[in-house]
Amino acid sequence: MIPKRTFDAVIIGGGGAGLRAALQLSQANLKVALLSKVFPTRSHTVSAQGGITAALANVSEDNWHWHMYDTVKGSDYLGDQDAIEFMCRNALPAVYELEHMGLPFSRLDNGKIYQRPFGGQSKNYGGEQAIRTCAAADRTGHALLHTLYQRNIAARTQFFDEFFALDLVRDEEGYVLGVVALEIETGEPCLFESRATLLATGGACRIFRHSTNAHINTGDGLGMVLRAGLPLEDMEFWQFHPTGIPEVGSLISEGVRGEGGYLVNKDGEKFMKRYAPNALDLASRDVVARSIAQEIRAGRGCGEHGDYVHLKIEHLGAEKIKARLPGIRELSMQFAGADPITDPIPVTPTAHYMMGGIPSNMHGQVVAPVRTGPEEAVPGLYAVGECACVSVHGANRLGGNSLLDLVVFGRAAGQHMIEYLRENPFPRTLPEEQVDKALARLARWEKSKGSETVAGLRVEMQKIMQDHCGVYRTEALLKEGLELLDKVEARLPDAALSDQSKMFNTARLEALELENLTGHRPGYPGFRPGPHGKPRRPYPGRPSQAGRRPVAAPYPVFQGKRHPGLQAGAAEAADGGDLPAEGEDLLMMNPDRIVSIRVPPFVKPPSGDEGGQGGFFHAPVWQLLSNPPQPPFTKGGRTVRVQS
Amino acid sequence: MDGQPNPSRLRWLCRRGMLELDAWLARFLDVRYSQLPADQQTAFARLLDQDDMALFDWFTGEQEPPAEFRVVVDEIRTTRYPR
Ligand SMILES: Cc1cc2nc3c(=O)[nH]c(=O)nc-3n(C[C@H](O)[C@H](O)[C@H](O)COP(=O)(O)OP(=O)(O)OC[C@H]3O[C@@H](n4cnc5c(N)ncnc54)[C@H](O)[C@@H]3O)c2cc1C
Repeated sequence: MIPKRTFDAVIIGGGGAGLRAALQLSQANLKVALLSKVFPTRSHTVSAQGGITAALANVSEDNWHWHMYDTVKGSDYLGDQDAIEFMCRNALPAVYELEHMGLPFSRLDNGKIYQRPFGGQSKNYGGEQAIRTCAAADRTGHALLHTLYQRNIAARTQFFDEFFALDLVRDEEGYVLGVVALEIETGEPCLFESRATLLATGGACRIFRHSTNAHINTGDGLGMVLRAGLPLEDMEFWQFHPTGIPEVGSLISEGVRGEGGYLVNKDGEKFMKRYAPNALDLASRDVVARSIAQEIRAGRGCGEHGDYVHLKIEHLGAEKIKARLPGIRELSMQFAGADPITDPIPVTPTAHYMMGGIPSNMHGQVVAPVRTGPEEAVPGLYAVGECACVSVHGANRLGGNSLLDLVVFGRAAGQHMIEYLRENPFPRTLPEEQVDKALARLARWEKSKGSETVAGLRVEMQKIMQDHCGVYRTEALLKEGLELLDKVEARLPDAALSDQSKMFNTARLEALELENLTGHRPGYPGFRPGPHGKPRRPYPGRPSQAGRRPVAAPYPVFQGKRHPGLQAGAAEAADGGDLPAEGEDLLMMNPDRIVSIRVPPFVKPPSGDEGGQGGFFHAPVWQLLSNPPQPPFTKGGRTVRVQS
Repeated sequence: MDGQPNPSRLRWLCRRGMLELDAWLARFLDVRYSQLPADQQTAFARLLDQDDMALFDWFTGEQEPPAEFRVVVDEIRTTRYPR
């Protein structure tokens, strides 16, 4: 038997979500272990620059109902509305709590927390722009991580940095009893036994070829959950940013287009005029992303492989570029080898956020059709953060709602775990064979022989995902993609490690990460094909149920957990029936709460999207306001890269 | 840390919370690191202990790095994969 450590609770992941949950538990004097494959303050949360959304009304009139409305609508009506209510309501105390913990928010002149506007934020249920996202300069995620980390140290959370979680240990009755992990430094496995385990392992955008996410975002928690025999939810929903540098993925913010930058295809044509004749290059994120994807598919992309388009800003002139876009210029020179003063910046849609994940409820409990009910809690297992699907983001996450999700549900999960631990005071017998299974997976890599390489297979998988399951999707394309993915996966057993040493074996970790990525990749809408040739979205802002028909999947795809009012009639809706028209009442919230809301007339299809292209699945759904305000954020007169 | 930094350890420490840092550091480790003199290699190992945001500001040129890191930061900024 491998070395064993015993705790009340084990938290896997030291990003905002894991840290917030751990804090709740440690403050209740429980014995908590937090495992993180990288040093916690180097978690991906550090990238979040934009801020955290809460209707504090410090800058503009606001209240949480409006935030809720925007979030429900932003989710394309596919979010869980009770959970969204919970999140938006608790946003205020959550942000004040962070303030009291010492998070250094930027301040307004009157001393209150600074807030900035983001797309999709409205006053009065779809009215004018609200200003709702609280920020600590352009490093809110960084500030959040450091604040929570310090608090955890004070509360005596036990940190296991550079420990890589391999697999959950789940007994016959379905209880999760801990996790098998690998100590990266020594390469030795060990067992963390606990009565409650929380997954906070972050997103999986590294499944795509172009992604804005750090390399650590390989969806490890998702792979662990699937291997434990549990399903995932909403895995077709990925948010793409329209303009990232190809391969590297680094974001070129919309601020550049705000300053007057425009997109051209390989013929030098300003193609946005064909897709969005009015908004042009300032159309919403999803419209721009799809337009670029269309150009690329039509063979009008630039470069050797025709897989990107050009973003031109030369016309702004060297002085203005240097003065206002120095950061963008630097990134372009560093990663695209192009100085935008003389050359166009190559850009392509890049995966940014994973809306789907481990099905969980607003207490952070992982829920699945485990025994008899459709949504039973898996005893002892919790999930929060980007790896979880509560689902508050539905088909699309609004800027600043992710950090909020981390702290609100991190706290709620911690709280629920405290109760669960109280009700389940005794350890259960650990099923040794489960531990052995995890160890066998590890051993298989130690003995690996073959001609394939992990890096080679990863690149192939990422490319298939990008080309077949990216922004532009048709049923045929998805089917083909799946077949190709199956072939890649079939070659995985022939992959050998370049390095067989034990200590800090990055090659081995990358192999394990690849297993986690390939494990969950099939969750794509190929399993839920929409009516072909029909417009998928009669008009936006509708429950686009077309994509939500359950169709056989090679692993269980979770379908439950929707507001019943919207669930009902999903099948008919798929055929175009049952869709409320403009001006009609749409039951948006729980009947006993906020009642119904008129489908507002301003929700118009983004231009260029009326044509029933039959295959576009909403990637980023910023179409809510047909031209969401994207103010260029400036710092000393310069447009800065503030991403949400 | 005694003596020369363990190269495998460095590889893992180059995994950061921000994509651009991953790209900068991996490129440097792949292409340039092994050619540097020992003192710069140790400077690099110490650099990896710094905060992500600090690294980002230094690599983008937004802020001047402390003297001990100036050379290595400059190397990171100028290293490119061979064409
Ligand atoms: C460029 C960019 C900007 C963004 N800006 C904003 C913004 O302004 N506002 C906003 O709300 N959201 C923003 N987001 C989204 C937001 O940053 C993320 O969704 C959020 O930080 C995820 O936090 P998390 O705690 O779930 O996971 P992460 O912060 O990704 O943490 C995951 C943790 O899990 C650990 N881990 C993973 N696998 C394992 C394993 N196998 N074993 C052990 N540990 C493991 C990691 O070490 C890490 O500690 C942005 C995203 C990007 C890419």
